[in-house]
Amino acid sequence: MSKILEVKNLSTSFYTHMGEVQAVRGNSFSMEKGDILGIVGESGSGKSVTALSIMGLIDHPGKIKDGEIIFNGEVISTKNNEEMCKIRGKEISMIFQDPMTSLNPVFTIKNLMVEVIRRHQKVSKKKALEIAIDKLRMVGIPEPEKRIHAYPHEFSGGMRQRAMIATALSCNPKLLIADEPTTALDVTIQAQILEIMKKLASEIDTSIMIITHDLGVIAETCKHMIVMYGGMIMEKGTVDEIFHSPQHPYTRGLMNSVPRMDAAAKERLIPIPGSPPDLLNPPKGCPFSYRCPHAMEICKEEMAPTYKISDGHTSACWLIHLDAPDVEGYIKGCDIDAG
Amino acid sequence: MPDKKVLLEIKGLKKYFTVKHSMVESKRKYLKAVDGISFVINKGETFGLVGESGCGKSTTGRAIVRLYEPTGGKIIYDGEDITNISPKEMLKYRKRIQMIFQDPYASLNTRMTIADIIGEGLDIHTNIKGEARMERIHDLLTRVGLKKEHASRYPHEFSGGQRQRIGIARAIAIEPDLIICDEPISALDVSIQAQVVNMLEDLQKELGLTYLFIAHDLSMVKHISDRIGVMYLGHMMEIAESNELYEKPLHPYTKALLSSIPIPDPRSKKEGRIVLEGDVRSPIDPKEGCRFSSRCRYCEEICDEVTPELVEVLPDHFVACHLVKKINNL
Repeated sequence: MSKILEVKNLSTSFYTHMGEVQAVRGNSFSMEKGDILGIVGESGSGKSVTALSIMGLIDHPGKIKDGEIIFNGEVISTKNNEEMCKIRGKEISMIFQDPMTSLNPVFTIKNLMVEVIRRHQKVSKKKALEIAIDKLRMVGIPEPEKRIHAYPHEFSGGMRQRAMIATALSCNPKLLIADEPTTALDVTIQAQILEIMKKLASEIDTSIMIITHDLGVIAETCKHMIVMYGGMIMEKGTVDEIFHSPQHPYTRGLMNSVPRMDAAAKERLIPIPGSPPDLLNPPKGCPFSYRCPHAMEICKEEMAPTYKISDGHTSACWLIHLDAPDVEGYIKGCDIDAG
Repeated sequence: MPDKKVLLEIKGLKKYFTVKHSMVESKRKYLKAVDGISFVINKGETFGLVGESGCGKSTTGRAIVRLYEPTGGKIIYDGEDITNISPKEMLKYRKRIQMIFQDPYASLNTRMTIADIIGEGLDIHTNIKGEARMERIHDLLTRVGLKKEHASRYPHEFSGGQRQRIGIARAIAIEPDLIICDEPISALDVSIQAQVVNMLEDLQKELGLTYLFIAHDLSMVKHISDRIGVMYLGHMMEIAESNELYEKPLHPYTKALLSSIPIPDPRSKKEGRIVLEGDVRSPIDPKEGCRFSSRCRYCEEICDEVTPELVEVLPDHFVACHLVKKINNL
């Protein structure tokens, strides 16, 4: 399989009057064609900024400071806005978190969808409308011929999110970025939306990147995942490996702090002490070191290299180092990931 | 528990909101946020209230502390009917019922110091003054995991998790019996949620508190609650002991709701997820019948005509569904 997306050493900062906020700090990852990749992290971990950087939507005072983004064999991080407009919506589409505010209230769903289709494809208005109705049917909106003339406020939250997915898919993009697609929705609606996204990924051969803070969503929809903290990638690998053999204390902390449905009643949760780091003035070493139960001297001084646990599973933690003290469950003495 | 003592009893509670009506239509329209729900909360337990947005769970909580005037029904607190008592009499009960709000950014007055926020209840309800008051505030701060020095600071200097701790300190300041927690953790990050939940559990043990825990995060509700009530469009659908509810849900809505929860384990492949069709109906002037009927896959004629009553189907397990026996082979 070939790579649809490659992000190399990406750093994005926001230059505010308080100083430089380093939202994303030197991250590298890649995505295979047809993959569903999940990015998980707390608020302020840089997951949304990573997505916006890929879309080329970082606005003043933000700036991509360093790094390269390669999409489908083409470097897109150096493209100007005009060139990006040809890619955005056609090759890469995005679904935003809040379906209530990200649709323009003065346009009907038809206006919205036909605009996107006609901008990127040379088709007549009639044909564009046909495509739009077809996509709405695909995401499960009943009577799409009628409902396409509705305004966003006439739709419920779940329907708006479906309309947004339909719009995002209207040009059959190669990559779909979904930034917290179900956070604002109820669980029963969330189940509907995730079902649709999984179905579409296999049907129209789109790669999907899902950004979320819900580990359950990742476990049920994704094949690969990335765990971010303080603007850095802590761990990445297949969902199965990370859930069953997490090799980073932050990933473990995250998993321990959500209650398990099969656990006995009132089994105590194990929270992560402290609070996330200040990105205006990020700690010199590992951003998690101040909350980590296994933190050592070196953790506060220097960020750990990325160790390769197995093919495709990496962890940036000193505990993997050969000289680190033994902690149960961690695989020691792995090589440093060269790529 | 052998010695169950009822602390709060809700009987047929109703709260309707008038919807702005047009000039041509003479009939008023009502949004029936809570439409005749009943439940009891025993002393020392945690009662969880779950449901999707718009089901009336927050309205219920707010009606109990009389932030909303109930349209109908009875609120009986410790044997006394407090539904229609005057604000002056209510003051006595405010000392015993406190509330923790969802949004830690909006529920603290930005112009007050932390000491004043926590101390306000003490000033109103107790005679603790001067140094004793300050000592009590310091004690409360350390109890919720903050420092003494924080007393003179303002809310904007704290993170979301810390603010929620301040909200909790305020609620326990006057030693209430019952705390209504209205989505206390949904605005917090996952790693911080566990901190707050653990603290709520510790405080319950130490101070003998009773909680009404309102949330939409089902896994967290299961974790913290002894008994759970499931609401849908202003009606109570099912009430049961929390393990029983999760292992043996009887109402079709509860079944669908529980099967929708994404499980954080890629290897547990759940069989038979029930994906509900359609959306929640409008709560404005809803018609007779079961509120869930339009999305229910078992729906029969009777469901659209008669509103089902909440009945005890199994011991301590209440369900409002006409077909409950048929569906579950009871």
